[in-house]
Amino acid sequence: MTARTYATRIPAGRARIWKAGRPALTMLDIELTERCSNDCVHCSVNLPEAAPASRREMTAARIGKILEEAAGLGCLSVRFTGGEPLIREDFEDIYLKAKRLGLKVRLFTNATRLTPRLAGLLGRVPPLERVEVSFYGMSRRSYEAVTRRAGSFDAARRGLRLLLENGVPFVLKGALLPANRDELDEFDSWAAAVDGTGNPPGLAMLFDLRSRRDLGKNPLIRSLRVGPEDYLATCAHRDERHLGELMRFTVRFAGVHGAQLFTCQSGRGRGAVDAYGRYQYCLALRHPETVFELAEGSLREAVTGFLPRLQSMVSADPAYLERCGRCFLKALCQQCPAKSWAEHGTLDTPVDYLCGVAHTQARAMGLLAEGERAWAVGDWQVRVARLSALIEDTLNSPGQGV
Amino acid sequence: MENRVNLDAAYGPSEDIVAREIEGEIVIVPLVAGIGDMEDELYTLNETGRDIWKRLDGRTPLREVVRELADEYEAPDKVLEEDVVGLLGELLERRMIARAEG
Repeated sequence: MTARTYATRIPAGRARIWKAGRPALTMLDIELTERCSNDCVHCSVNLPEAAPASRREMTAARIGKILEEAAGLGCLSVRFTGGEPLIREDFEDIYLKAKRLGLKVRLFTNATRLTPRLAGLLGRVPPLERVEVSFYGMSRRSYEAVTRRAGSFDAARRGLRLLLENGVPFVLKGALLPANRDELDEFDSWAAAVDGTGNPPGLAMLFDLRSRRDLGKNPLIRSLRVGPEDYLATCAHRDERHLGELMRFTVRFAGVHGAQLFTCQSGRGRGAVDAYGRYQYCLALRHPETVFELAEGSLREAVTGFLPRLQSMVSADPAYLERCGRCFLKALCQQCPAKSWAEHGTLDTPVDYLCGVAHTQARAMGLLAEGERAWAVGDWQVRVARLSALIEDTLNSPGQGV
Repeated sequence: MENRVNLDAAYGPSEDIVAREIEGEIVIVPLVAGIGDMEDELYTLNETGRDIWKRLDGRTPLREVVRELADEYEAPDKVLEEDVVGLLGELLERRMIARAEG
């Protein structure tokens, strides 16, 4: 016993802090409500604030029990999302419960319901993660064309001021929509300065359809999505390194996954609980075969029994096996069981919109010719190796950068 | 707050933090602002720190903690005492522990 430095500071963003093993659960998403103070044109979740769904929502006591279970499983981080979590009058109780259990809290909010009292609490009892604030326009006209709520622009600005005044770290996020499209450069500069990150905010463009499959709003959401070329051009416009990063990502993760349905990292040591107490792989995936009623079993059973069963699921759908199952762009493509659920009500139907985006990206990287389909490319490994060599060559050329 | 470590006093976890044991690691999570230098920091303890931390129950004087450690480890009392005082100094400075009353 001769060590001289005893306590080591760990940046909260570090995913792995334990040396041996890994807890059964590292991060849990909890949807505190599907209701929202806004009615955003592109939202895949929101219900009206006065919706009767509130009567079925988990109570603070029930959420507290789930938080206790999560902490007992080694969970270190919980994300409170919605809907708008702050419309719950008991949010403060839920937040303090999580903090007293030693959990870091990621709060997703539109900031319109922040009060001086709550901002003060977040300042005194810090969440240990930046509060993530969605913000939709630089003017009242553009912002409220998205949120469809009079007064929401001023309320959100007031919320941001409260966070700043109370020293609460936050990060802004946006969504590219017809109403704010002309403001994108202004938004990027403003957001990078106001949240202190110095980076342009995350920007949603490929909007999800309704996760409850209440289909009436889907035509509107579809109409707001950008096309694949526009998506790629917007990414490149906002970050000149985008294509290079896309290339490096593709070289690293290109591969064929066959019939395996769940290939993303969401479920590995993670999980989600919806507003009514159902465990889900992620909050977007609400297919009845993939949810676990926590009223009928523990969170431990969900994480250690139900989740591995989900992760072993395979597709038997001929179209999926022919296309997604053979596609080397699977990691690049956002198709997953949650997207198939929202688009088609299944777990494994290819999603043409996302397929189009992935193919456009692959063409931009020189991996596919016009008209080629990624699942029909026999020499994909050769092409990816060529891309890898191109990245190496470019990196070794003075003054160049991919 | 008295930051000098007193071997005749007992210390326990402060109300300003939550200490958790996850997969054998002691993880100290700040509960109130001003514990860390930045907004997003947790702390873990090294092996020495972990063994000492588990004995900080707010009742046992530090001299007794040193004796218990001496029973467990083949190390000179002076070295153990330096470790205990070193860790406690760090923890007191960061408001992670508090001296027990009385």
